[in-house]
Amino acid sequence: MRCGVVVFPGSNCDHDVYHVLKHVLDQEVLFLWHEEPTLKGCDLVVLPGGWSYGDYLRGGALAALSPAMTAVRQHAERGGLVLGICNGFQVLTEAKLLPGALRRNRDLRFECRDVHLRVERDDLPFTRGYRAGQVIRMPIAHGEGNFEHFDAELDRLEAARQVVLRYVSPAGEPEERWNFNGSARGIAGVCNPAGNVLGLMPHPERAAEEVLGNTDGLALFEGLLRSSAARLAGARR
Amino acid sequence: MSGVSATAVDLEVAREHGLTAEEFERLQGFLGRAPSLTELGITSALWSEHCSYKSSKVYLKEFPTSGARVLQGPGENAGVVDIGHGWVAAFKMESHNHPSFIEPYQGAATGVGGILRDVFTMGARPIALLDALRFGSIDAPRMRSLVDGVVRGIGDYGNCVGIPTVGGETGFHPAYDGNILVNAFALGIARRERIFRAKASGVGNPILYVGSRTGRDGIHGATMASDSFDAESERKRPTVQVGDPFTEKILLEACLDAMRSSAIVAIQDMGAAGLTSSTFEMAARGGIGFRLDLDRVPLREPGLSAYEIMLSESQERMVIVARRGKEEEVARVFRRWGLEVATIGEITGEARGEIRKGGEIEASLPIAPLTDEAPVYRRPVAEPGDLARRWEPPAVPEPDDPGAALERLLATPDLASKEWIWRQYDHTVRTNTATGPGGDAAVLLLKGTPNGLALTSDVNPVYCGLDPRRGGGQAVAEAVRNLACVGAEPVGLTDCLNFGNPENPEVMWQFRECVRGMAEACRALDVPVVSGNVSLYNETDGRSILPTPTVAMVGVIPDLGDAPASHFRRAGRRLILLGVDRGEFGGSAYLRLLHGLETGRPPAVDLDAEARLAQLLRETIGWGIVRTAHDVAEGGLAVALAEATFGAGVGARLTVPLTPRDLFSESQARAVVAVVAEQTGRFLAAAERHGVPAVEVGETGGDRLVIGADGGGIDVEVARLREIWSTALPKALGL
Repeated sequence: MRCGVVVFPGSNCDHDVYHVLKHVLDQEVLFLWHEEPTLKGCDLVVLPGGWSYGDYLRGGALAALSPAMTAVRQHAERGGLVLGICNGFQVLTEAKLLPGALRRNRDLRFECRDVHLRVERDDLPFTRGYRAGQVIRMPIAHGEGNFEHFDAELDRLEAARQVVLRYVSPAGEPEERWNFNGSARGIAGVCNPAGNVLGLMPHPERAAEEVLGNTDGLALFEGLLRSSAARLAGARR
Repeated sequence: MSGVSATAVDLEVAREHGLTAEEFERLQGFLGRAPSLTELGITSALWSEHCSYKSSKVYLKEFPTSGARVLQGPGENAGVVDIGHGWVAAFKMESHNHPSFIEPYQGAATGVGGILRDVFTMGARPIALLDALRFGSIDAPRMRSLVDGVVRGIGDYGNCVGIPTVGGETGFHPAYDGNILVNAFALGIARRERIFRAKASGVGNPILYVGSRTGRDGIHGATMASDSFDAESERKRPTVQVGDPFTEKILLEACLDAMRSSAIVAIQDMGAAGLTSSTFEMAARGGIGFRLDLDRVPLREPGLSAYEIMLSESQERMVIVARRGKEEEVARVFRRWGLEVATIGEITGEARGEIRKGGEIEASLPIAPLTDEAPVYRRPVAEPGDLARRWEPPAVPEPDDPGAALERLLATPDLASKEWIWRQYDHTVRTNTATGPGGDAAVLLLKGTPNGLALTSDVNPVYCGLDPRRGGGQAVAEAVRNLACVGAEPVGLTDCLNFGNPENPEVMWQFRECVRGMAEACRALDVPVVSGNVSLYNETDGRSILPTPTVAMVGVIPDLGDAPASHFRRAGRRLILLGVDRGEFGGSAYLRLLHGLETGRPPAVDLDAEARLAQLLRETIGWGIVRTAHDVAEGGLAVALAEATFGAGVGARLTVPLTPRDLFSESQARAVVAVVAEQTGRFLAAAERHGVPAVEVGETGGDRLVIGADGGGIDVEVARLREIWSTALPKALGL
């Protein structure tokens, strides 16, 4: 699969995603510079974590208006795969490619720790490597990951099965004390209605190697590879 | 003929700049005239304690600084050591104490920024940060907000740049009530042949300015950092710089990009004393001179004087000497990253710095007298008169209930979990963190190799206060022990020597003794000192801090697959206690934290025993038979064992007779290991061969920590201890 990692000047997880795709999964990977409005034929586009343009205003607010995002929008509208991790998730909500907003964490502090997540559906390209209801562990590292939306919209997201990942206890139960950033309904990751765009606050790329003690994130990328093999043969130009 | 047209200044102005009458005379002597205000400003910065090391230089020579792995020792922006497979590590530690006390958030943030630039200016990509923090007692005025501000400042800066903060240490003591310590360490890696240095060369080569514009912030920061505090210190807030981590991040990427070409001759960041120190130091290393045209320096606002431009400490700026004709190649890279570039001068053959503005020569100064030949002082040294009394063996009250004593120790901010702090630091970005904060040493992957890197920072200021020689040696020995506990061999150390007022002979004595103790330990344990920093004048209203020579040490692990944890991971492992307990309580946590006694002679440092213990640990860890290794340090055996139960909630049962005193003594060169049961014999045989006393004391397992001491031991639920230990710090902070 041809993968692209968008590089904003303040991206700092770009190399980590590149490393997993290239060296762990042996895929073709390109860095896509934020000033260029082209994805160079990539099948999967990853918006990595970081501080896109410093984000002194709001995480991802300026990045949503970048030339690269114009190309990402077109790619998404054509059904192409887009994965936004952490700051990438913020960029996708600011760009309105995903619903909701990510506010400052409930305790107003940066949180770096492992969290437990429940995979709410396994029929997406991103979740094919998991079972619905499976509880996985992944690191988070963010100051603005508190997912928020209007109640009615949250109901609509749930009904449309757009909630993909939820913060839960190790036993898989949604509990407030395991929801470290205070997200509404413990939402850690959402997709668009078509299911080809996913944003999540946790970092699957930091949980993709045995030597780091956790490979729960690897299945996300592996699922993408498997589904793309079947799916993209026709979609690719 | 200097051609300097500006009005000359007199001794009165020189004194206000911190120069002594002798220093002013010396300056006039080699100038052959009175200096201009700009010249005086430049001189006062370069001759400040912070930049010149004038009080410490004579002692720093005692450190061993070379070794088979050392590619760059002290004198550059960072030290460089070989870490194998064609890779080198560049690292350094630096203090940002004074600014952090005045304005904790920006002070700590820019401390991180400065140390990162010191590393990437060497051509190395930063991959890890450590922070060693010393706060006053938590109830002291402003202390809770200082803790909060420093932690947020470090977090916001390092997190944004995307460098993991993987370890460090935090201590509390009333000696820091009026002068906290913020010591930041950074380590970067590079291919061996890609290291850059800050040695200017090539007459006619252009001098480039890159990064943020110059403003009026931080003017005379270096001089401020070379002075003591008093009630007026609040007024010094404008001398603290303001950080912009986003600019740092793009400056980092742009510098590493630009270094891929052959267009850069030398590069240095504008740290303390900004444009002044970067240009003069680069010229000094190259034995040449330079000419600057300050009209070309990018400014944040118009109207800055030559004096202000030369002394501004605005952050995120670098000076580059480019190859003539290649400046556009360099400029293109920086512009791509959205950074400002300006050619502000050129290298000249005569070893002078000539600085012009508005067509006038504002300063014309010879390089060597201001840098390599700056004043050096052998300040008076006096051993305190009451050492014999201080070192009298303290009366140690027996604990009525050792279990309760352990709980009280774990509930102090000193010994409590620091997770509340390090959870606010991104410690997993860059996907190298095999072991993050909270263990004996952080362990990082060196991608593409089987090697690991281990990092630790250590010092016990109470020991140093009671016996600086032992304290200095102990800091180095403990760092070696911490590295050995993850199977790492030390390859180099950097330090931050934080002391009080060097004009106080007893402080100079502390300094000399600490350095001697460290140097002895470095030689015995074969660890070169490759970089470092001295921070003096850490005193407020005449009260000096405890001598605090923070040691940060880097080690290499031959095979990461073998590294043990610092906690018990499974039941049924045999517990072995290594080393000898001599019942030493001088300066111990037990006396200080439970009985308010800060007295006695700190534990003896047996460097030979430390070396043997470290060899044993490295060898047996390399065999893959050690599952847990944890050193016995502050708080003694009881605290070490309790800490080892917290990681996975696996308890332990000790079955040998111990007295309650054995539980809290702080004798050195000791560690606890948990070994696969069938391998116990092999381990004990190895211990005997290395001459390390080893006693099988019990087994891991269960959910309690049981130490069957004579006359009432410890029998506590691990979950209960862990709750006390993990909640104590946020509770103490009132959160």
